[in-house]
Amino acid sequence: MDNIATYEPQIIAFCCLHCAYAAADLAGTSRIAYPPSIKIVSLSCTGRTDMGHILKTLEDGADGVLVVGCLEGGCHFQTGNLYARQRVEHVAGLLDQIGLESERVRMVNVSAGQGARFAELANVFAKTIKALGPTGLKMKPAAREIPLPSPAEDELTLLLADQKPAGKGAI
Amino acid sequence: MIVADQKPIKDIKEMLRGKKKVLAVGCGTCVTVCFAGGKREVGVLSSALRMATKLDDEPVQIDETVVQRQCEKEFIEHLGEQLDEYDAILSLGCGVGVQTLADLYPNTRVLPALNTKFMGGPSEQGVWVELCQGCGNCMLEYTGGICPISQCAKQLMNGPCGGTGKDGRCEVDPDTPCAWFNIWERMDQLGIQDELMQIQPAKDWSSSRDGGRRRIVRKDLQKPELDEDI
Amino acid sequence: MNDGTLKSGSHLENILAAGQFVVTGEIGPPKSHDAGVIREKCALLNGCVDAANITDNQTGIVRMSSIAAGILIQQEGLEPVIQMTCRDRNRLAMQSDILGAAAHGIKNILCLSGDHQSFGNHPGAKNVHDLDSMQLIRMLQEMRDKDQFQCGEEIKGGGPPLFIGAAANPFADPMDLRPLRLKKKAIAGADFIQTQLIYDMDRFREYMKKAVELGVTESMSILAGVGPLKGAGMARYMNNNVPGMSVPDHIIERMEAAVKGISSDDKKTRMETSRAEGIRICIEQIEEIKEIEGVAGVHIMAIEWEAAVRPFVEGAGLYPRPEGDG
Repeated sequence: MDNIATYEPQIIAFCCLHCAYAAADLAGTSRIAYPPSIKIVSLSCTGRTDMGHILKTLEDGADGVLVVGCLEGGCHFQTGNLYARQRVEHVAGLLDQIGLESERVRMVNVSAGQGARFAELANVFAKTIKALGPTGLKMKPAAREIPLPSPAEDELTLLLADQKPAGKGAI
Repeated sequence: MIVADQKPIKDIKEMLRGKKKVLAVGCGTCVTVCFAGGKREVGVLSSALRMATKLDDEPVQIDETVVQRQCEKEFIEHLGEQLDEYDAILSLGCGVGVQTLADLYPNTRVLPALNTKFMGGPSEQGVWVELCQGCGNCMLEYTGGICPISQCAKQLMNGPCGGTGKDGRCEVDPDTPCAWFNIWERMDQLGIQDELMQIQPAKDWSSSRDGGRRRIVRKDLQKPELDEDI
Repeated sequence: MNDGTLKSGSHLENILAAGQFVVTGEIGPPKSHDAGVIREKCALLNGCVDAANITDNQTGIVRMSSIAAGILIQQEGLEPVIQMTCRDRNRLAMQSDILGAAAHGIKNILCLSGDHQSFGNHPGAKNVHDLDSMQLIRMLQEMRDKDQFQCGEEIKGGGPPLFIGAAANPFADPMDLRPLRLKKKAIAGADFIQTQLIYDMDRFREYMKKAVELGVTESMSILAGVGPLKGAGMARYMNNNVPGMSVPDHIIERMEAAVKGISSDDKKTRMETSRAEGIRICIEQIEEIKEIEGVAGVHIMAIEWEAAVRPFVEGAGLYPRPEGDG
């Protein structure tokens, strides 16, 4: 059984093609790193996000879901990102009732030229999710009393001899 | 339409305690258009419940399906074949749907995921308001198309009471308009305000819920029986 | 009233019929079965008012019943005006209670819709509203004048002698229809009206003008609601939070000016000064009201302050009250 301390959070980022995906692309080409465990799913607009998509994503083992849309007021479809925000907030409330931390779902906004900003937001979100630990839906935590690494410590990857590093296969 | 909303997840989880396999059944009519029990809502609720019960270490398998209308037997008859494997049906239909399912499948526990609230309609996107109480004896002709039974907290028929707040608010809730304030305005708009000087007599409530469970029989529509002697 | 025949023979009706300026008061029953509380309040009002209302689960808070408390004050020599809301009783209970009250000699009854139960201490209760106040007035009028129950059946031995009252809130929205609603209550059969508290004299004068024009005062006696303010805070609260209540700025300012200069630590002096000003304002108002055409008297509502009633009935020159044969 994998230890929480070595797990790599699995994060799905729903990104709109017009701004978010472009920003992610720009981060990549500018060599600004963001965690490889963040997988991007592109949509034509974050307004296409269904609450069911987010929940099924978590159910299938994602530890965090990030919805990335255009800056408010700059949505290619006018109000798509506003609807997305309402839905993400609603899902955050549902997570509370389900027994998961509502911070596992967030919506952020970037413009197409903000590659560095995208990477910054992605990195911080990944740190938050790492600190929260796995959801316990696919990976059973050893025991919830084990103190979780604080955001500053996860860089060390905690090389413990008898631990397998958590990779893509763990989920 | 009939308007309902979902019970809190913790309450539904409590109902499912001890069950291993549940079939969530949505309804494609009223609760779809008020976004309480349609296909999407079944998906979201089932996912949420699967996660919640798994986190509690008492995972419940929740399968999903939707029918056109839960209140009519012809649309739910096909479910019968599969019910043996389920401990319960979680109905996302209104109270009518829940009872119709329970009536057709008395050997399967049918649980309500929704609280059926009222007969009404959307006043704006995302907001539904109560409009009809089914009193059985419509008096909308006297009140310019605004129902005092459903829209007045005191069901006054010769209102308003003295509690009307500024700009025509109901004393019970500042977000609720005073029905009789609106009725007087509407009748004025129609040019028939003087009709409101007529005293509406005491209502005969026997046509409403108070008279007992109601039924409507239409002899012209019932299935005719062939006389076997002919 | 106009043909000399009395409808109920109650003391209140008699005083009104004699053309005298009437004074009624109000008693809020206790949230207990302590008859002593009723007798204490009764002692404060007895002799200062012609009759005293007993509220009926006011603001949806459960209190001793109006009829039971009415019987108690009657025993003390003070005539009751019992109140009946439409919120808590259906037509069967209403008629049954009326017959019981009449059996005890009670004659004056005020018909009300009733504050919504969400304001009170049992917000989850089912409200009744089988009849509304207009229909209740009509039902009582037919019990009395046609000797029949609401269903049409004859009341053996004749209907109860009742003096039927109703409430009015002159300033609630929509304001221009309030005089029309008053007219409707007159048509339904109300004999007298008690209004909500009046502080805005100008608007009340306009209201009464319309009421007189509509002929309302020919068949109904209108009693203006008055009550002493305890302080500027109370005045402001009522103006902002109570539907239909309008307390003009100059009155709020007077209440504030009265305690100017008194240290906020000296609560006792502040309170006494404040209340004295409240009573003074109330007396001035009664003087103004006496001059308005169509007003037959005042209904004093001194909320949880029954001790204030005598000082200003005296101050307004309305003491002693006339003896009656009713």
